Amino acid sequence: MNFVVQNLQLAQGAFRLEIPDLSIQGNVIGIFGESGAGKTTLLEVVAGLRRPASGQIRVDDLCLTDRAKGTFLLPEQRGIGYVPQDLALFPHLSVRKNLTYGQKSAAASRLGFSHVIEVLNIEPLLDRAVSDLSGGQKQRIVFGRALLSSPRLLLMDEPLASLDHELKISIIPYLKRIRDEFKIPMLYVSHSPDEVVELCDQVIVMREGKCLRTDPPREIFETSTSMALKPGIYDSRK
Amino acid sequence: MNADDIQVIGLTLGTAALSTLIIFPFGVALAWLLARKEWPGKSLVDTLVALPLVIPPVATGLILLNLLGRRGPIGAFLQNAFGAQIVFTWKAVVAAMAVMSFPFLVRTVRLAFEEINPRLEQVARTLGASPVRVWMTITLPLAARGMMAGAVWAFARALGEFGATILVAGNIPGRTTTISVAIYSDIQLGQDGHAYQLLAVSAVIAFVAILFSNRFSRWGAPR
Repeated sequence: MNFVVQNLQLAQGAFRLEIPDLSIQGNVIGIFGESGAGKTTLLEVVAGLRRPASGQIRVDDLCLTDRAKGTFLLPEQRGIGYVPQDLALFPHLSVRKNLTYGQKSAAASRLGFSHVIEVLNIEPLLDRAVSDLSGGQKQRIVFGRALLSSPRLLLMDEPLASLDHELKISIIPYLKRIRDEFKIPMLYVSHSPDEVVELCDQVIVMREGKCLRTDPPREIFETSTSMALKPGIYDSRK
Repeated sequence: MNADDIQVIGLTLGTAALSTLIIFPFGVALAWLLARKEWPGKSLVDTLVALPLVIPPVATGLILLNLLGRRGPIGAFLQNAFGAQIVFTWKAVVAAMAVMSFPFLVRTVRLAFEEINPRLEQVARTLGASPVRVWMTITLPLAARGMMAGAVWAFARALGEFGATILVAGNIPGRTTTISVAIYSDIQLGQDGHAYQLLAVSAVIAFVAILFSNRFSRWGAPR
């Protein structure tokens, strides 16, 4: 995936998201930074849930937003699979109906229902109510729901942030299977270095609404086993 | 219970149901606009809608009388355009009930919309659903219990409406006398026993309405 952002500006109260020029290639691109860095806001702009004041966003040859040309694809036109931080499973629908909510017809669907179910190991949960699921089960259903909409891009907003350590460890292999089996490009927001190192091949480091640098994870963290940030990582440099 | 009582009960139930039906689509639309959108004049409309809750019902009735009377702007228009007279007819009963119960409907339904996590609707859009599909499959089912509760509260409020009704519709037996007005009239005439009978009927109707609302809430609860 080639992810390009140009002259992006969005003000939200005192917070300003400003990304003058960003171009990065990778299959799983991490968006890393502390709370309040603007990671979620950037993801919501990519999802079409917020309209920037100015700027252009492109994913490969698809222009999602270009304010100068008046282009703004609506969320339903973008072909994205969005996994929000709070999961947002539809509480009044069964697990199966949640999963198939965005599913295209069999002909239009690039990912088969049974394949997704098998990869995420959620077959026994299909006829359960959402309220009966554990945190880890809900997480896998949300992944499945996003995948079954046959997205051209997956947007993951800190999908493991609300899980305890053990659950996190149990979910990461599923994320790796999604990455390796479906090969759908992914923007992965996290403030957790270990998740970024495990899953991403490129990282955008953000702070206070700005993109500071883009590098592979090994350039950002001390060693492959230490999650400590290298000195000066938040110094402004692209 | 005699034929007149049955007529009073029938008129009350019919006008309360009709007023609820009339205000329901407008109330739901306004509740949604108040809950989900920012627009110029929102605070003003919000305050105006709540006004019947805080000003005396008789004052609301006086305003309606001035608006719907033959010389009032709405009354004169209806008279000239359709030959329709509103005040001191059953239509005035419906109008008084509608205005007085509208805030109950709007406030209850607005709360229902506000309780829906907007993220659910956003996620549905990202999954390819059009705004209409999102409304039909996410917003409406999740707000249905609140809408039903709002309608029941509005209906119950309409059943008990007195102050505005007596002013704008009067007390014309067989034409505008509702249960509340009949109870007042009976007390004035010293017919306390009959008043208590109507009171019991009124309480039973309200009880059944609220019972139905509570049952519906449980059936529609998210699993």
